[in-house]
Order: sequence, then structure tokens, then C-alpha cells
Amino acid sequence: MTATQTMVLPTGAPANRRRYTRTWPMTVLGIIFLAIMVFPVYWMINSSLQGNSGAATTDWFPFHPTFAGYEAAINQQLPNLVTSLIVALSTVVLTLVIATPAAYGLARFKMKGMTAFVFVLLITQMIPTIVIANALYALFNDWGLLNSYLGLILADSAAQIPFAIILMRAFMASLPQTLVEAALVDGANNFRAFLSIVVPISKNAIITAALFTFLGAWGDFLFALTLTSTPQVRPITLGIYNYLGANVSQWGPVMATAVIASIPAGLLLILAQKYIAAGALGGAIK
Amino acid sequence: MTSVDVGLEKEVAHTSRGGGRRRRRRLGDYLTRWLFVAPAIVFVLVFFGYPIVQNVVMSLQDYTTATFYTGIAPWVGFENYAKVFGNPLFVTTLVNTLLFTVGSIVFQFGIGMGLALFFKRHFPLSGFLRSLLLLPWLLPLIASAAVWKWILDQGSGALNQFLGLFGVQPVPWLVSPSLALIAVIGVNIWLGIPFNTTILYSGLQAVPEELYEAAALDGAVGWKAFWHITWPSIRSVVSVVIVLGVVLTLKVVDIILGLTGGGPANSTQTLATWAYQNSFVQFLFGQGAAISNVLIVISLLFAVVYLYINRKGADE
Repeated sequence: MTATQTMVLPTGAPANRRRYTRTWPMTVLGIIFLAIMVFPVYWMINSSLQGNSGAATTDWFPFHPTFAGYEAAINQQLPNLVTSLIVALSTVVLTLVIATPAAYGLARFKMKGMTAFVFVLLITQMIPTIVIANALYALFNDWGLLNSYLGLILADSAAQIPFAIILMRAFMASLPQTLVEAALVDGANNFRAFLSIVVPISKNAIITAALFTFLGAWGDFLFALTLTSTPQVRPITLGIYNYLGANVSQWGPVMATAVIASIPAGLLLILAQKYIAAGALGGAIK
Repeated sequence: MTSVDVGLEKEVAHTSRGGGRRRRRRLGDYLTRWLFVAPAIVFVLVFFGYPIVQNVVMSLQDYTTATFYTGIAPWVGFENYAKVFGNPLFVTTLVNTLLFTVGSIVFQFGIGMGLALFFKRHFPLSGFLRSLLLLPWLLPLIASAAVWKWILDQGSGALNQFLGLFGVQPVPWLVSPSLALIAVIGVNIWLGIPFNTTILYSGLQAVPEELYEAAALDGAVGWKAFWHITWPSIRSVVSVVIVLGVVLTLKVVDIILGLTGGGPANSTQTLATWAYQNSFVQFLFGQGAAISNVLIVISLLFAVVYLYINRKGADE
């Protein structure tokens, strides 16, 4: 301990400068790693701005940018974008309405059955989506929910609710009990204490859950593929997939659609970064 | 304000009279507590419980398109399973699933670990670069599949353009049965790196700095410090990342359907995509369900391991 201190302390400023000259190469290396990782995203944007992508070669940089790809994408995919937006937003609402009280209940009331339910929630994360889709197809056929917004919203919510609960529960369990108890003593019942105290305090956790629910529902592909087959209800992910099915000769519109479908992810990364990182950790470890 | 008064009155009333009233109130309390969780329980029962049971039932029935019109699905016992296990494709998909999972996990974890250790050094811009790294993870999977299909295109894809600069002949990444699985695994590795890096990085952050200082005194730096301090400290995070990675990789459908559709010649068909093909392309729901159940059993085996580790982690 003392040895390291004596090594660090007296040298002061010069050591600092030396450390920085040693770390700048690290930054360069970091940028190279990142460039490789993010290259596909760059290529997506680059190709979307080159109308003739797919013919002979695509330039490494859009020297003559054209929005023809976006025009085609909007013409062909606008209804699908609207569908995705409706489904994803509704899924967020339904998921939060169901998951927020559940997260609070599971965090605060430690009754026997509830611990078991938390285990069940963890298990649901392991169930392959294709298993759910397989059985839901038959169920939705009986209920008349195939090819409907409601069907997709229900299926997407089902997929997102366990994760949202796990995420918010971890936060709510860390709230001081005394806050809620004070309200209860003042005569508020459990529901009122939940709405007027727990929800406002848990704002960040709820936003994180909402963001991940939105991304999950927006990016859903398998439920869209299996539970819808008509153009009336077709999310953007299925629009992209339908491009890929045939032999693609024009990549411009496909990449433009992919860029548009990626806008929510990009926006969230810029505007809501701290929530994203928190969610990534919460989901994996808690 | 008035409602608070009413609440107080109630409180006073029940403390003075006590007895049955208090018990009723306690029962009411008990029920309201469950009301918080009840909608979620119903949702999980309908959308996870029912499908799992229904899948088992379907796998024992001759369940086809006709069933949706007539409602008749004759019982066939284990015939679906016999057909699935007897199909030469079963071995193919099982091997593909194994290769896909092991290949993805080994490299996702290895590269993720490397990057996590790299970013731990806090150089200028490290925080910014680390958050940008999350971008591939947030994109819709099918959008990633689309751009990779384009990059890996044999005729004019970016990868072959790049390799062409070094005189390499165009490689049929997604068209050749011997290369397609490797290409698909590569894309899945790319997808998994951000997640692995983020979780492992947070695990590294939790290792107390004093441990390294103390070890440095004993001459343990670099690899030695990694083996004797870092690795033992993050072992539980490592197991969670790997088990979770396996379970999530077994589920992958989007990427494979988007890139190759399971082809060419079933060379990228996994249990998950094969279940999809049976149910939703050939409308053999019975056999699709049988394959799904095989997949569930494999996933649950890992889920048990995961819960065991998680529990042990919580106890510590």
C-alpha cells in the first residue's frame, strides 16, 4: 500500500502526462475496434443514400447522395411504419399498466407465492418465442385475433411484461419502506400510496422499462411473422423481411427502410443513454 | 383531505371495536396485495403457461391446417416425435444448433471479455466509445440481418469488395452450404458482443481496486493479476453471462430467417428455425410442436443451471 503511494504521490504532474501519452494509443485502438463493430450501421446508411446499390459496386462513401431509396421506402412502407408505431406504443401502455403494480407488489409484499412467481418470471425469459407462437396461432385462430392489432399487442406485451417486472422490481425493492408506511399511517390505502408515492419516485425505472418494452415490441419479428399474414396489419420488421425473401436487386430502398426502422434505437441511444445502460444491467443480473 | 379524514375515522373505528372487523380488514389487505400482482399472473398463465401445455398436447396430435377448419386433431401418441427423430434433418439441425450455440458463445464471450478489460483502462473517450458500442444491440434484429445480407452478398457485397482489394475471389458467404453456417455464426457473434461487453464491464467495475494494489505488491500484475484476482472475483457474472447467452442463442430465429432462411440445403437450419418451418411453412403443427418441446427441454436444462447460479449469487 505504502509502496504504491510513494510511487504515485511525489512524481505528480510528469507522471500524469506520461499516463496520458500512454493512453492516447488506447483511444486510437478503441476507435478502430468500434469502427469495425459499427461498420454495418455505417454501411446501412451509406447504401441507403445510393440509389443504385446492388448494381455493380457501391461506393465506400455516398459521394452523390440521393434520397430515391427513402422515397421508395416511404411509398412502400409507410402503412407498415404506422402499424409498428401503433403496436409498439400500445404495448408500452399495456405492459406498464400490468407490470408496474406487479413489480411493486413483488418488491414490497414478500408472501410465499410471490417468490415463486419471481422464479416463474425468470423462467419465462428462457422459453423460446417460437414455442409461444406455435400455440398462440391456434389460440388466436379461435379468438379471431390473427391479423389484428390487438393480437400483436397482446403477444408483444406478454413477451415484454416479465422483463419489465424484473427490471422495475429490482429498483422498487431498494425504496425505503418508511416512505410508503408514512402514507399508510396517514390513511392512504395501498393503491393510493402506490400511485401517489411509489410511481413518482420510480420514474426512472419505469422509463427504462418503457424504453425496453418499446424497443422489444418495435423490433418484434417472430410474432409478426407467425400471427399476421395480411398487408392490413404488417409491422415494419415484416416489411424488411419481405424484401429479403426475394432476390434483392435494389438495396437502396431496403437499406433506407432498415435505417428508418433503426431510428428509435438511435434516438434512444442519444437521448436516453443512462436508461439504456441501466436496463442492460438490470435485465441480466437481477 | 376529506378522504384522509375518512381513513382516520376507519382506523379509529376498527381499533376500538377490533375483533372480526380487524380480521376482515386484514383479509382485505391480503387480497389487495395480491390484486397488484394478479393481472401479471393472469398474463403469464395465458401467454406462457397455456402455450407450454398446449405445445405438449399439440405434439401428441395430428394437428394440421385442416384442424383450424374442422376443429378435429386426432390423437397420434408419439408418432410426431417418431417422425421428427426419424428424420435425417433432426441430426442435422441438432448439430447445427450445437455449432451455432457453441461458436457464438465462445467468441461473443472471448471478444466481449477482451473489450471489457480494454475499456476498463479509462482512456480518453472510453466512456463515449463504450456507449456507442451498444448501438448494434439496440437495432431491430431483422434490420441487422438485412444489412449483413447485403454486406455478405457474393456479387457486390462490401466484404467481398474489401477482400477483392487484396485479390481474393468473391466468396459465396451465404450461398455455399459449407460457408453459410460460419457466416451466420459470425453475424450472431457481432450481435452478442455489445451485451457481453456491457455485463462483463460492470462485473469488472465491482472488483475492489485495493485487491489489485495489494496483488501488485506481491508482484501479481498483468495476466497473473487477471487469473488470481479478476477471474475469481467475476466468476458468478461470467457464469450468468454464459448461461444466459446459451439460452438466448438457442432461441435465435430472426437472424437465420433473415440471412438464409435456414438454407442453403438446410445448412443453417437449427431446432428453432426447423420448428418454425414445420409449423408455419409446412403447416405440420404437431411435428413443429414436437421439435419445440425438444428445444424447451434443452433450454430448461440451462435455465435450471441459471437459477442455481443466480440463487447462489444471491446467497453470497
